[in-house]
Amino acid sequence: MSRLVSFVRFWWEFVVGDDWLVAVAVAAGIGATAALASEHVAAWWLLPLVVALALYVTLRRATAD
Amino acid sequence: MSAVLLFLSAFLASAVEMVEALTIVLAAGLARGWRSALVGVAAATGALAVVVAALGPALTTIPIGDLRLIVGALLLVFGLQWLRKAILRAAGVKPLHDEDAIFARELEHAGEAEAAGSGPVDWYGFTLAFKGVLLEGLEVAFIVVTFGSTQGNIPLAAVGALVALMIVAGVGLVVRAPLARVPENAIKFAVGTLLTTFGIFWASEGAGARWPGSDLALPGVLAFVCGCSTLLVVVLRRRKAASLAPAGVEA
Repeated sequence: MSRLVSFVRFWWEFVVGDDWLVAVAVAAGIGATAALASEHVAAWWLLPLVVALALYVTLRRATAD
Repeated sequence: MSAVLLFLSAFLASAVEMVEALTIVLAAGLARGWRSALVGVAAATGALAVVVAALGPALTTIPIGDLRLIVGALLLVFGLQWLRKAILRAAGVKPLHDEDAIFARELEHAGEAEAAGSGPVDWYGFTLAFKGVLLEGLEVAFIVVTFGSTQGNIPLAAVGALVALMIVAGVGLVVRAPLARVPENAIKFAVGTLLTTFGIFWASEGAGARWPGSDLALPGVLAFVCGCSTLLVVVLRRRKAASLAPAGVEA
């Protein structure tokens, strides 16, 4: 059981890292891009914007203390 | 342009991880003997080869659109982790990664551990070197396989990693000390920027978006990520300076 926990923890830290909010923002940004693209609306600008905002918010959270 | 960025990303990311692995291997070798440390390195390299051999061909069977979406998303979260840490360090909010301190700590821990058994291999030294090389190597393998397969050029990404390995191992052999003089945070900043750039580009394409100018948009995305990151370093530095300034004094 502890090996399974270690395995899950390793991949969580490998992929998600210090702030889960970044992973959630990336997933939401990709989802919104896919939704726009499926409606034949130009969607290339969305993910850079989401990334810039996510970076700003995660850095604010990291320096809040 | 894509080929240059691909090579550069694989090279820089691999160099950073290899410096970290080398620090651990040197500590294991100096404290517990070179035989066990080198056996650990060889075993970890073999395990990594198996992982890459299993992962590489499997990735080529996935449709390119789906592959770009998955790889882009992974690179994006991965790149943002690097960039976040590099920005915090560049702004002076988080202490710089100190290879000398890590080397001293690993050396002390390795020296304190009791010798396990009297066989030809010291298992503590073996495990320390094996773990260091396997974990750092996994990150290198992940970047080489994902970058290479998405760009349809695994050999070029592998060459980037190989050149990094030769340089880091060569310098490590000569100095036999941690590579503390390597400006690690600057390299991590560059790698974070490149991973985030490729992540944005591929994840958007995988989600169905079309970039104006196709591949020619990559330098534009790179400039955007670089600009945002640099701006955030400046903002954090000013905020830190303002918070340290005595009350009543304008920062």
